Amino acid sequence: MTDQPQPGRLLTDAEAQQEAARRSRRSFITLGLAGLAGLGGWGWLVTRPAEQGVPRPLRKVLEANGQLAGEYLSNAQLAPVFAKSRARMPRVNGHVGLKDELDLAAWRLRVQGYAPGATAPRRQEFTLADIRALPRTEMTTELKCIEGWSTVVTWAGARLADLLARYPLATDPNPAAGTGQPADQARYASLATPDGKYYVGLDLASALHPQTLLCYEMNGQPLTLDHGAPLRLVTPLKYGIKQLKRIGTLTFTDQRPADYWAERGYDWHSSL
Amino acid sequence: MKRLVAKHPLAIRWFHWLNFPVLALMIWSGLWIYWANDVYRLGWGRTTVLKFFPTSFYQAFHMDHKLAQGMSWHFVLMWVFALNGLAYVAYTLISGEWRYLLPTRHSFAEAWQVLLHDLGVRKAPLPARKFNGAQQIAYTAVILMGAGSLLTGLAIYKPTQLAGLTALLGGYEWARLEHFALTIGYVLFFLVHIAQVVRAGWNNFRAMVAGFEVVDVPEAGPTAPAAPVSSPTAPLA
Repeated sequence: MTDQPQPGRLLTDAEAQQEAARRSRRSFITLGLAGLAGLGGWGWLVTRPAEQGVPRPLRKVLEANGQLAGEYLSNAQLAPVFAKSRARMPRVNGHVGLKDELDLAAWRLRVQGYAPGATAPRRQEFTLADIRALPRTEMTTELKCIEGWSTVVTWAGARLADLLARYPLATDPNPAAGTGQPADQARYASLATPDGKYYVGLDLASALHPQTLLCYEMNGQPLTLDHGAPLRLVTPLKYGIKQLKRIGTLTFTDQRPADYWAERGYDWHSSL
Repeated sequence: MKRLVAKHPLAIRWFHWLNFPVLALMIWSGLWIYWANDVYRLGWGRTTVLKFFPTSFYQAFHMDHKLAQGMSWHFVLMWVFALNGLAYVAYTLISGEWRYLLPTRHSFAEAWQVLLHDLGVRKAPLPARKFNGAQQIAYTAVILMGAGSLLTGLAIYKPTQLAGLTALLGGYEWARLEHFALTIGYVLFFLVHIAQVVRAGWNNFRAMVAGFEVVDVPEAGPTAPAAPVSSPTAPLA
C-alpha cells in the first residue's frame, strides 16, 4: 500500500480531490470489512458450544492462562501475612452443601487415598481430634472472594501437608506394582461436603502448599457452622470459592476433579 | 491549491482502531465483574454524590449474574489489549513517531492555550503541528493509563503470585480501586476524544482511517520554503 502522497508531482485541485476520494473509499471499505470480520469473529465465538459455562475458545484461553501462571509464577512462595490485629469476621456468602443438619459427634473426614491403576482403594477416616492432634498452624492471611471483596482473617488448623506427611495418602502405596507412571503421587485432591452438593478440585502442589490448612479455628474461636464447622479448607492461593466449608470427603486422584463453580463458568484454577 | 499530506502511518491506524472494540469489551466485561461487589462511590461520610452505579443502570443493561462470563472475557481480551499496547509502544519507539507524541517542556503551557481556545476564550489559531501540546499530553497519558491498567490488573489477578507488585500498589483493595479509577479515566478520555474529533471535523477523522489530510497550500506552495526569505521582490504578506 502506498500511503505517501507523491511529493514529486503537483496535483491539480481536481486531481487531488479525486485522489483523496479514491484513497478514502479504499480505506473506509477496508475498515468496514475489518469491522465486519471482527463482528463475524465475535459471532462465531459466542456461538461455540459452551464448555463448563463459557464458550469453548474462552475456556481454552483460561486453561492456558492457568498453565502459564502455574509454570512461570511460583506457587511455592508464601502469600502475604498480616498483623493479627487486622483480622475481621468475613462475610458469609452462600450455603451450598451446608444445609443438612450436622451431627458433630458423628462427623468424620473420609479420605480416599491415592490408588492408581487397579490397586484397591484405601479409605481412612479421621475424627476432629485426629486432625487437632496434628501440628497446629496459625496464620493471618487475606481471604479473597471472587466477587472482589476481601477480609483479613486469622486461621488455625493443620496443614494438609502435615496430614499427608503423617498419613501418606496422596502417594502410591506400592509404586513397584508398576502403573507405568513416573510419578508415584496423585496429581489432584478433590474435596466435597458430606452431602456431596459442593465440591472443589485442587492441584496437588496447591494442596501441599505450606499455607493450605485443614482449618478448625477462625479468629481464635472454633469455626461456626456458617463458616464451615467442623473443618474447612483454607488457602490464600485460591479464591474463596475453592476453600470448601464442612469437608466431608477428601480424595486423591489423577483425574482432574469436578468443581462446583468451574462448572458454572469460573476458572477451574481460580488461583491468586 | 489542494494537496494530500500523509498524517498517520498505517500501523498506528490499526493499533488505534483495534483498541476501539477491545477496550469497549474490556470495559463491558469489567462492568460484569464490578457488579458483583459495587462498592465505589464519590462522596464523603454519609453523603454520596455519585454511586457507581445506580440499580437502574444495571437493570437497563441486564448486568446481573454475569461475573463468570465477565471474568472469562476479561482474562482472554487482556492478551489482545496488552499485546496491542506493547506493539504500539514498540512501533512508536522504532519508527520515531514518539517524537510527535511525547510532550516537551513547552507542551504544558501550550495545552493551556489549547484549552482556552477550545473554550472559546482565546481566538488565535492553534499551532499547526501533527499533535498540539494538549494532544501530546492526552495521548501520552492514555498510554501510561494503559500501562497502569495492566499493572493494577495483574496485581488483582495474581495478588499471591505477584504479591510484591500488589504491595507496591497499596494492597489488593487499593489495586482494585486504582484499576477501576483508570477505567473511569478511559471513559472520560473517550468522551473528550469524541467531542474533539467532532470539532476537528471530517478531514481529521479521515486521517485516522485513510492516513492523509487534504490541505490547502498557497499557489507556490511546494516551492515556497525554498525561496529566499529576504528576496527583495517577495511581497510582504
